[in-house]
Amino acid sequence: MKPPPFEYRAPTTVEEACAVLASLEDAKVLAGGQSLVPLLNFRLARPAYIVDINRIAAIDRIYERDGGVAVQALARQAAVEDSEIVARVCPLLTAAVRLVAHRVIRNRGTLCGNLAHADPASELPAVLLALGGHVVARSIRGERVIEADRLFSGVMETALAPDELLVEAWFPASSQPFAVIEESRRHGDFALAGVVRAVDRLALFGVAPTPVLADPRDPARGLQPSGDLEATAEFRLHLVRVLTGKAFAA
Amino acid sequence: MKVNGVVYPTPADPRRLLSDHLRHDLGLTGTHVGCEHGVCGCCTVLLDGAPVRSCLLLAVQAEGHEVTTIEGLASDAAPLHPVQQAFHECHGLQCGFCTPGFVLSVVGLLAQHPNPTPEQVDEGIAGNLCRCTGYASIRRAVHRAAELSQK
Repeated sequence: MKPPPFEYRAPTTVEEACAVLASLEDAKVLAGGQSLVPLLNFRLARPAYIVDINRIAAIDRIYERDGGVAVQALARQAAVEDSEIVARVCPLLTAAVRLVAHRVIRNRGTLCGNLAHADPASELPAVLLALGGHVVARSIRGERVIEADRLFSGVMETALAPDELLVEAWFPASSQPFAVIEESRRHGDFALAGVVRAVDRLALFGVAPTPVLADPRDPARGLQPSGDLEATAEFRLHLVRVLTGKAFAA
Repeated sequence: MKVNGVVYPTPADPRRLLSDHLRHDLGLTGTHVGCEHGVCGCCTVLLDGAPVRSCLLLAVQAEGHEVTTIEGLASDAAPLHPVQQAFHECHGLQCGFCTPGFVLSVVGLLAQHPNPTPEQVDEGIAGNLCRCTGYASIRRAVHRAAELSQK
């Protein structure tokens, strides 16, 4: 398994990255690469250009702003996991990021890349949605904020335009009680189903094309999860009810 | 890029994975390749001291960084690194295919938690698959490696 041929670009500033993205057709941004490189190795993705943002200096900060925590594009998931700021301001995010794959993957994978990849079974998009956070997208046309409930548009699809770079994600402070609970076949695997509780808000992942907000009293209403070798649709609905019960029991 | 302290030129082809570069271009075949999509952990190497999957990194991305493979752990003064010594003592391997990845993951784990709890050990090795040992002897080896590393 080898990646298909592509042209490689490694800009060294955000401005250069935006200019490169604006000038290219069929380009894909490479951050941590923990989702993109497997897709390349399997040749499920065959972009003409790879725009590697890892050479851009000083976009790996994690800092407080507007009563929440901001995580920049190159902050690794391991840095988010170890961040005292995140633990103090948004402990829900600390709890959730520990469920993302394994530490060795988190050493390289980025939080912003995880959001931009928008895997429906991923924890972090559901955390962003449950808390009502947003992302900041930059392009040569300027900068814009995309709220969590507008960001995720389909399976691995977002509202980001092809020329936009996700430069920062912002999570509001999390209050008690919160919970993130998932069921997976093995520790670190993709969740069969999972729930994020932020006080009275509930977001589900792994049971729809995008993370979805749900009513804690009837969380499975209207859901039509897919069934596969790992779990039937009925079992996923069962998990949603059980996990929601656990999340709201506390 | 620097591999085990030696400077090497970066490969010209950007789609060359770091795992393939290490094995095929540099002849460092101690880095094993199992699944090639980040699941099995066999290809784990240290990038600037932190364990990463070499099959999920383009070799060009390692330019300007330091890579440590299993070949780079031991020194002339100490023929086995403490983690290697512990795997040897505790029989933390059978066929050995997964071992380089385990050893480098454990080096990273002990850098983060010098005295890991059993839960931290499980968390630290969860990203590496072993089809022989059933993990019991590997868990013992990690605790033994923590002891040896303190000395």
